[in-house]
Amino acid sequence: MSAFLSQFINLLAAILLLLAFAMLSQRRILSLIHLFTLQGATLAVSTAVVGYATAQPHLYFSAVLTLLLKVILIPLLLHRVIDRLNVRWDLETLINIPTTQLAGIVLVMFAFYLAQPIAQISATIARGTLGIALASVLLSFMMMITRSKAVPQVIGFLAMENGLFFAATAATYGMPMVVELGIALDVLVGILILGVFLFHIREQFDSLDIRHLEKLKED
Amino acid sequence: MPLDCILSAVAAWLLIGIAGVAALRRLTLVAHLLFPLGGLAALLLAAGAAWALTQPPQTVVLPLGLPTLPFHFRLDSLSAFFLLVLGATAAGVSVFAAGYFRRGEGTPPGLLCLEYHLFLASMALVLLADDAYAFMVMWETMALSSFFLVIANHRLGEIRRAGYLYLLMAHLGAIAILLCFGVLQANTGNYTFDNLRAQQLGPFAASLAFLLAVVGFGAKGGLLPLHVWLPEAHPAAPSPVSALLSGVMLKTAVYGLVRVTFDLLHTPLWWWGALLLALGLASALMGVVFAAVQVDMKRLLAYSSMENLGLIFAGLGLAALFAAYDMRPMAALALTAALYHAASHATFKSLLFVATGAVLHATHERSLGKLGGLIRFMPWVAWITLLGTLASAGLPPLGGFVSEWLLLQSFLFAPGLPNGFLNMLVPVVAALIALVAALAGYTMVKFFGVIFLGQPREEKLAQARDAGWWERAGMLWLGGLCLLLGLFPAQVLLITNAVTRPLVGAALNTAGHDWLLVPVSLERASYGPVLFLLGAAACVAATFLLVRWRYHGRLSRVPPWDCGHPDLTARMQDTAEGFGQPIRQIFEPFFRMERELPSAFDAAPRYRVSVSDPLWHFLYLPLARAVEALARLVGRLQQGRIAVYLLYSFLTLIAVLLVVRR
Repeated sequence: MSAFLSQFINLLAAILLLLAFAMLSQRRILSLIHLFTLQGATLAVSTAVVGYATAQPHLYFSAVLTLLLKVILIPLLLHRVIDRLNVRWDLETLINIPTTQLAGIVLVMFAFYLAQPIAQISATIARGTLGIALASVLLSFMMMITRSKAVPQVIGFLAMENGLFFAATAATYGMPMVVELGIALDVLVGILILGVFLFHIREQFDSLDIRHLEKLKED
Repeated sequence: MPLDCILSAVAAWLLIGIAGVAALRRLTLVAHLLFPLGGLAALLLAAGAAWALTQPPQTVVLPLGLPTLPFHFRLDSLSAFFLLVLGATAAGVSVFAAGYFRRGEGTPPGLLCLEYHLFLASMALVLLADDAYAFMVMWETMALSSFFLVIANHRLGEIRRAGYLYLLMAHLGAIAILLCFGVLQANTGNYTFDNLRAQQLGPFAASLAFLLAVVGFGAKGGLLPLHVWLPEAHPAAPSPVSALLSGVMLKTAVYGLVRVTFDLLHTPLWWWGALLLALGLASALMGVVFAAVQVDMKRLLAYSSMENLGLIFAGLGLAALFAAYDMRPMAALALTAALYHAASHATFKSLLFVATGAVLHATHERSLGKLGGLIRFMPWVAWITLLGTLASAGLPPLGGFVSEWLLLQSFLFAPGLPNGFLNMLVPVVAALIALVAALAGYTMVKFFGVIFLGQPREEKLAQARDAGWWERAGMLWLGGLCLLLGLFPAQVLLITNAVTRPLVGAALNTAGHDWLLVPVSLERASYGPVLFLLGAAACVAATFLLVRWRYHGRLSRVPPWDCGHPDLTARMQDTAEGFGQPIRQIFEPFFRMERELPSAFDAAPRYRVSVSDPLWHFLYLPLARAVEALARLVGRLQQGRIAVYLLYSFLTLIAVLLVVRR
């Protein structure tokens, strides 16, 4: 294994983290989808590189699958949804972006702290990647918490899955093919269901603002 | 083999239940074929149980249940005794039920048939179970099937409420029993009764197990603070079901407590007996006092069941007390009294409950205030009920007298206890037992008198028709059992001796006294029921002949006690409320009463009084409110905002990750 490849994977991991931060602070829905697509592309490339570096051909399938699903199919679906819901140019008011960013940095530190013992015992190509993967999972989770519109929340959910997938490939050389296929299918089904929900929420409240869902609470 | 006999009877019940589902709405088929068949299976079960009493214990392992946890069954004399009670009682009740269920009453007949026979089968298997797993499965099956039977008329809200309360208490009890078995197995992980029996628990663990058993089986048997479901569920159920609930199911609680206290735990501590004695007496007193003021005939009987179970538990407590001081013959006497009372209560209480069913179908009235004079329209029901009433009142020569006699005798021996404090209490306790017995007699006079004697309180009662042949046959069977238990105590003692010998290591002496009941010795308190019956019959015959001879056969029928008043109306006679009024006055602190008295100038005066259980207000309602407040506190977590919910999961995730990192 060459030092160059492992450096390259580290670079991709850094990009992934950067994209997660960007998504945390992005207010425009359309740009959010672009960022998500970019993240998917990075993921596909990193999977392919890991596959090449460790000579595991089944990771190429994963890479192709990621490319098809996360770079082409899901962004396409998301674009259609925001067109149909007519929210393509929507802006979202976010609470205090600098604070969220600072909290994000704390989360990244926490993630590295968590990953430290595992990174020490692991002999995989990129030691730092597990921490980054965890960090991007947590950042996406936080993005879901801070958003009040439904579409960005869905994107946050999908980004979380990206982080998990990255943890699986970069840090542990990928999961068995069956598990990956299963997860891919889950994500696809998940987004279909969420899409249906979005239309229903919209129909019920004339808006995609999930704060309206508070009315559903029983007293 | 007796065990095969019993298991095939249980299998027959299950098959009959399934056949009932196949013939879901064909009432005639279900009633006139399946229920009598169930009665035959019950006879088979009773025969097997009677056979088993003469045999050594038998065990069998059935490959049912979970893969590594087969059901263990064991038939010993204790199980056989209760199975005999179950079979004999269920035979009569099933025959009665053949004529009882009518079209269009809630649950379809086929489903009732399934629930009924499942209930019977699960009770039989509870009595047979030889490991905690089988016991709990059957116990819960019994609770669930009887729950569905209780809510047979589920269209009435009040019945659904009663059913819910019943289910709640049943589960509370089941949890306690489960924990009790958990303590008994002492970390060996083996739940067969053989293993539980082999454990030598320390006093703390043993006491814990005993207390849990008292809570668990007390909740099923209507022991004092856990009795609230009893007066609600019994009236709600159809009458044959009430008969089984009260006659047999409550006895499974007695069985369980005997099994745990005398068999699985070896030597009781003295305070266990004292506690059980106190609780039993308190429930007996509470039950009888409440029974005396009821105006609904089935509620009256339900409270009376509580009283009888209280007496049985008191007997068990006394037996435990004697056993703790190693006074084995005395323990055998007290245990015999409790078992005898269990058997006679099973017969007379199921007879009385099915009698209320016959009255209910003939008149559509449950309230005592609207009945009366039915002996003229329903002579069969009235005369057979009289047998049950006398037995319940504890009068010779019926079964109730024998058991109460034995119980009193065992109390009179209590001064031999080597504990001064207990010795001082015993006279009080014996007096309480006498009080309870007397009040039970009072209650039964009220029950029989208000329903069957006097004048009808409503016009429509004149149209009441006597019960059909099926119902008469069932009632005759149960009445016959009451008589048998009363007339042949020495033979019954042979059965109970087979039970007490392995449990407390002693038995009553029956040798040479085939016609006499000899609790201790021939000189002291022996009693010959057949002699008594002959003597009583001779007195009655002599009086009859004397009167006939004296007045030369000139007879005229007049209303009794009309004091020369020319026209008595039904409203002039004593009512159920009126009859209970002295009790309400004397025992006022026991009740929570709400009275509505009319003023002297009221044009249309109304008098209303409602009596309710103070425990309900002092214990259960505050408990329910506390639970509700707690639930509301937890409900604050539910904000309705997705962001907050996500935050919950986020924080949980972070906390879990921190724990993992450590």
